[in-house]
Amino acid sequence: MEYINIFIKSIFIDNMIFAFFLGMCSYLAVSKTVKTSAGLGIAVTFVLLITVPVNYLLNKYILQPGAMTWISPSMANVDLSFLSLIMFIAVIAAIVQIVEMVVEKISPALYNSLGIFLPLIAVNCAVMGGSLFMQQRDYSNVGEVISFSLGSGIGWFLAIVGIAAIREKLRYSHIPPALKGVGITFIITGLMGLAFMSFMGIKL
Amino acid sequence: MSKFSEVFTTPLAKNNPITVQVLGICSCLAVTAQLKPAVVMAISVIVVVALSNLIISLLRNTIPPRIRIIVQLVVVSTLVILVNQVLQAFVYDVSKQLSVYVGLIITNCIVMGRLEAFAMSRKPLESVMDGIGNGMGYGIILVILGFFRELFGSGTLWGFPVMEKLGLYNIGYENNGLVIMAPMALILVGVIIWIQRTKDKDLQENN
Repeated sequence: MEYINIFIKSIFIDNMIFAFFLGMCSYLAVSKTVKTSAGLGIAVTFVLLITVPVNYLLNKYILQPGAMTWISPSMANVDLSFLSLIMFIAVIAAIVQIVEMVVEKISPALYNSLGIFLPLIAVNCAVMGGSLFMQQRDYSNVGEVISFSLGSGIGWFLAIVGIAAIREKLRYSHIPPALKGVGITFIITGLMGLAFMSFMGIKL
Repeated sequence: MSKFSEVFTTPLAKNNPITVQVLGICSCLAVTAQLKPAVVMAISVIVVVALSNLIISLLRNTIPPRIRIIVQLVVVSTLVILVNQVLQAFVYDVSKQLSVYVGLIITNCIVMGRLEAFAMSRKPLESVMDGIGNGMGYGIILVILGFFRELFGSGTLWGFPVMEKLGLYNIGYENNGLVIMAPMALILVGVIIWIQRTKDKDLQENN
């Protein structure tokens, strides 16, 4: 039950885009058509689902203050948490590289459809943000972390597909010339965020 | 010298990282509910962009192109760790407020974008100017957002109760809680873009 709670909460209430603005750059840049944005959404979900649990284990058994007692009790005073930023980004960059190679080998069709998005995910704030929030929120086991990362990924996917669908229709509407493109996208994202705020009252 | 000043001034308005290049939006929206964290964040980003531009520009001829992303990430994250430690040591309360967004400077698109687009192919001095310029362009938007959101959202500026001193509460003025919320930040950026592009017709998009 706890897992489902975290899952629903990270999709709707703590949505990566509408509540924390993570991954906005690619969200704004790649949301012109539904097809490409869905591809990017799937790729981000996938990478989040792998990197966040790996970083959780890394954090729990190596980086946290006193995490290395499993090697020897004398290491109880070692605190490597200042290294967490560089470790997380290294893990993310490495895993994105591996995922890219695996996907290319196993499914060339998927690889071609994701194309340039895969390598760019390494610098997507949503992926790094997922790891940092995981560290901040102190989840108690891997199961919770997995449901958090899957939920965040799906929330991001929903947001980018939603805005892409709206932008496809926007092409036919009359917008003040100065607002065309980025301007109106910001305002619509704001309005979507307002809609998502209505989930905030839900107690899980 | 005019080339340097051009490199420095175009990112402030004509090629502003947020409103024109649309980079680095995440942190710009999340940290601007109050003026103080916005200013601290702006300064941190200026430092990181300028120094990482300098370092990458110095190293540019020795970095093999295939692994350049990871080299850039290592340089940037080292600088961000330093900034993070300094913030925790000297302005602990602000660093608490900024929470994960200091760490997210690593993946801030402005930093990576400037490294890729500028520092990899230019001389060090020019790159530093470009870094400072882009950091300032980002900072200006942050300060504008922080100013309006704090003033209308909580009625204070840098913690100073402006609205209360003006006596507006006595004549029925209320703080607008919505301005502090996430969605309003997006709408405000949209409005800034609207104003800028109305003034500068060259920036308007066609579709």
